[in-house]
Amino acid sequence: MYQYDEIDQKIVDERVEQYRDQTNRYLAGEIPEAEFLPIRLQNGLYVQRHAPMLRVAVPYGMLTSERLYKLADIADDYDKGYVHFSTRQNVQYNWPELEQVPDILAELATVQMHAIQTSGNCIRNTTTDEFAGIAKGEVADPRPWCEIIRQWSTFHPEFAYLPRKFKIAVNSRTDLDRAAIAVHDIGLQLVKNDAGELGFKVFVGGGMGRTPIIGSLVNEFLPWQHLLTYLDAVLRVYNLNGRRDNKYKARIKILVKALGTEAFAEKVAEEWAHLKDGPGTLTQDEVDRVSKFFIDPAYEQLADEEPAAVTALRQEKAGFDRWVTRNTMDHRVPGYCAVTLSLKKVGVAPGDATSAQMRAAAKLAEEFSFAELRVSHYQNIILTDVKKSDLPALWEAAKANGFATPTVGTLADMICCPGGDFCALANARSIPVAEAIQAKFDDMDYLYDLGDLDLNISGCMNACGHHHVGNIGILGVDKKGREFYQVTIGGESGGVNNEPSIGKIIGPSFEAEEIPNVIEKLLNVFVAQRHEGELFIDVVRRIGVQPFKEAAYADADQ
Amino acid sequence: MPTLINNLGELTNEQFVRVDGNELPSEGNLLLSVEQWQANREQLSGRTIGVWLKSDEFAEQIAADLEKLALVAIEFPKFADGRGYSTARLLRERYQFAGPVRAIGDVLLDQLQYMHRCGFDQFELRDDQKVENAVKTLNYFSEAYQTSVERPDPLFRRRA
Ligand code: SF4
Repeated sequence: MYQYDEIDQKIVDERVEQYRDQTNRYLAGEIPEAEFLPIRLQNGLYVQRHAPMLRVAVPYGMLTSERLYKLADIADDYDKGYVHFSTRQNVQYNWPELEQVPDILAELATVQMHAIQTSGNCIRNTTTDEFAGIAKGEVADPRPWCEIIRQWSTFHPEFAYLPRKFKIAVNSRTDLDRAAIAVHDIGLQLVKNDAGELGFKVFVGGGMGRTPIIGSLVNEFLPWQHLLTYLDAVLRVYNLNGRRDNKYKARIKILVKALGTEAFAEKVAEEWAHLKDGPGTLTQDEVDRVSKFFIDPAYEQLADEEPAAVTALRQEKAGFDRWVTRNTMDHRVPGYCAVTLSLKKVGVAPGDATSAQMRAAAKLAEEFSFAELRVSHYQNIILTDVKKSDLPALWEAAKANGFATPTVGTLADMICCPGGDFCALANARSIPVAEAIQAKFDDMDYLYDLGDLDLNISGCMNACGHHHVGNIGILGVDKKGREFYQVTIGGESGGVNNEPSIGKIIGPSFEAEEIPNVIEKLLNVFVAQRHEGELFIDVVRRIGVQPFKEAAYADADQ
Repeated sequence: MPTLINNLGELTNEQFVRVDGNELPSEGNLLLSVEQWQANREQLSGRTIGVWLKSDEFAEQIAADLEKLALVAIEFPKFADGRGYSTARLLRERYQFAGPVRAIGDVLLDQLQYMHRCGFDQFELRDDQKVENAVKTLNYFSEAYQTSVERPDPLFRRRA
């Protein structure tokens, strides 16, 4: 885990004082509302439906138990005792007071955390695979690169007033992509060239929102030394040429489309020719310095086989067996695994955690996982380094704290934005829809039989719930002041065979009450049509949308 | 008259007069649009002339003339239009312009430090801005990660 030195700390501390001063000037009437807006956004503060919302960055998803305790304390001291884990590896407070935000930021700074650039038209928190560094088959650990990008993007003086928000994601495995880099403004895929040198494949202009689109490949192999100067070049081309007249056409994807991938890539190359080999060129020393923070914890030498006690308990208790099957993941170190603490308990908004749960998770991390945790874009918490022999004890503790819902990766492990219950931008509520689906599909055997299936829900076009890349996507729309839901199928973020795709709309939207039944009809088509070993997404890709569409609207046609 | 300050937050008064139309005064320092400059540059030789760029005009358009210019101003039609930051860097870093680069238009206290880091050294503050706060807002941060005009070496080349 990266540790701030004095300079990193000073930068964050100075930011807190800057924002305190700006808040005071705003409250004194010296900064008008419209001009305070980008200031507070770039400090993580939105004004939502009921109250302000503060979005705290969890850079590339890594947390320590110390930080999680602090987040829990803040939830109790400044909020209503819970937080929401978002789909972009951020933590959101739903009820802070605007006047107290500088104090909250000061608290965060004491544990090397911040809310810098978590909103606004600037470069946002860089994200990556939640299993980075422990997964098998990585080209290289993406975390040092994320940290290097974090530092480069933090208070970048040239790119604080971009046409729109800008999101960067890094992926390392070549067989799958949990970071969904294809739907980011810049997606970076770590690769090695024939000579074995490390670099990046660069995709630009992917995105969700109103115009979902897969990013275009603009550079086959960017040697790592040139990462930051190349990012500067892409951002500069965007900053100067991106549309500013229409906020719906302002993302970089629109520019890439308007120019065409080739012309865009050429413009970037021209710009880069001036920056390449300049002072922004990365040095081996810096990469080594940052990489040192991501070395392995003190793993024990263990056998890779499942300990006999674990196997025995799996045979004895079906619940434990299910949990091990769904909620643990392979680790590259023998004898270890990663464990997902599920925040998808039925009856609780997906991704919400109480301060008691946060403290419990922090304690579990101390006990079982070197005091480190991750937050995932599936809105769960992950303990990355658990000894397999500890699984029975951890299972008991997870159950006791409401973390053991054994549904990771299934339909019930939905991604869901806060929607109309909290978000001022929403067209419709999303949490009640998620709950209705969870309630309908609560038969574990059925869920397991369906296999891996991403169901993603967004309350509006902004697509915080990533509905476009859900195998099943649900989007809240407003029809004459009433809530309706549009359903897409066939989206995929890249987790399966690393083939990202955008979901297709199956037809006219539905009322909220209809959604669970519609999902059931879609699932019936899948179950009837699947071949041995096929997932939902495979079947949609093989047989197309039509059979699903027919089934979903069958009654309506009668 | 709007308040003009330098990058230390001090008042300065290098006044350049902006003119409308094609009738240019025969003396004094002038601040011309790109069009005005291009139409009149021959007869202006020897005069102290600045050119102002609109936010959609690029540094490239005046790159060949920079030697003849005493000042370049970059207009921010709205403070949230961030093109001027890139334009200033290009003027400094690519075209090596060494004269003053002035921010004009919707220029607010809270953007001054980033502007300075991108190569601006004069700021024509919007009328309602409290100039006495400029020293503070120009210096909110004592360190920065990136390469910039103000400090070309990024932090990673300067860490002990
Ligand atoms: S998708 Fe829309 S409703 Fe949901 S959190 Fe984002 S902006 Fe709000």
